[in-house]
Amino acid sequence: MQALMAILLALLVICAVAVSATRKLLPAVIIFMSYSMIMSLVWLLLRAPDLAITEAAVGAGITSVLFFITMRRLGLLKKNLQEDEEEVQKHFEGRPGKLEEDRHE
Amino acid sequence: MNKQKRDRVYAVLCTVLTLIFIAVMLFMVGELPPLGRADNPDINEVVEFYMEEGPEETGALNAVTGMILHYRAFDTLGESCVLFVSAVCVFILLRIDGEASNDTLVAIDRRYEPTGDPILTQTFKVLVPAVFMFGIYITMNGHLSPGGGFSGGAIIGAGLLLFLNAYGLEKTERFMTSGLHRRITALALCFYAIAKSYTFYTGANGLKSFESAGTPGAILSAGLILPLNICVAIVVAMTIYSMYIMLRKGGFNK
Repeated sequence: MQALMAILLALLVICAVAVSATRKLLPAVIIFMSYSMIMSLVWLLLRAPDLAITEAAVGAGITSVLFFITMRRLGLLKKNLQEDEEEVQKHFEGRPGKLEEDRHE
Repeated sequence: MNKQKRDRVYAVLCTVLTLIFIAVMLFMVGELPPLGRADNPDINEVVEFYMEEGPEETGALNAVTGMILHYRAFDTLGESCVLFVSAVCVFILLRIDGEASNDTLVAIDRRYEPTGDPILTQTFKVLVPAVFMFGIYITMNGHLSPGGGFSGGAIIGAGLLLFLNAYGLEKTERFMTSGLHRRITALALCFYAIAKSYTFYTGANGLKSFESAGTPGAILSAGLILPLNICVAIVVAMTIYSMYIMLRKGGFNK
């Protein structure tokens, strides 16, 4: 049990450093998610199952989903930006003004 | 000073400050007493009282739930209100109304929606009932086993998000309207506040109260803890869902 705890704590430190060292946003969020998962295991080993459940649900689940949805909204997740632009162009064809508004958001 | 030089100075300063912060925190952790020793300052008569008298007084086998929903119930009411207020703040900041932006926003949303991904959709459809069931179990069993309103509500909220992504916005919006969200959250918070105020005014300090501890271990026991757990779970689930929907398209409707 002691060894498992040591491994988990080492992983926590590695994750915490990796989150701030990562330059890309998507990997950073995923590492943050794994940080929460490891933290919930640590809570379990510390005999706090209440906290473990909450950490797993909120830290690994909800927070990451909110991060993902924000990034999607800001257009940071799309791989092919060219294709995306074309799609929008097609959708707003013949409606002057709207496209600019859309871009500003 | 040119820009490159300034950036370097900032980077060095950041590193030094962070290292100082880490050193201070590590030093403080070293000063803490070891976990679980009998003469630690956190093992005092309060803990003893909660552990010995808790199950009889509150009827909750889970000491944590007994504490946060019986002895410190107003604390939990404050936390639920913080969640509600945060959802309202997100609503104020991100709500987009008026017909001008409506179809633009819908188009943006649809553009990113991962429609037509059969693997993910089918997996969500399989998972949704299990996740809901698990969340409801954790909420309803909060006074008997680990868990409670907050964790159960978070899982139910995650289940709602899965449902939304499995069946699409149209089906979800049929029942999850802004009116339902507003009413159900306000109702849960009001019920919590009124029920707990009433018991505090009538039942505190050993006076007779309508809530009874019941038999510890039965599902319908522990007085008000079960309904209060359900209230907290509702508030948490609704907060999570509304934040998601606000971030995604700035409103509940259409």
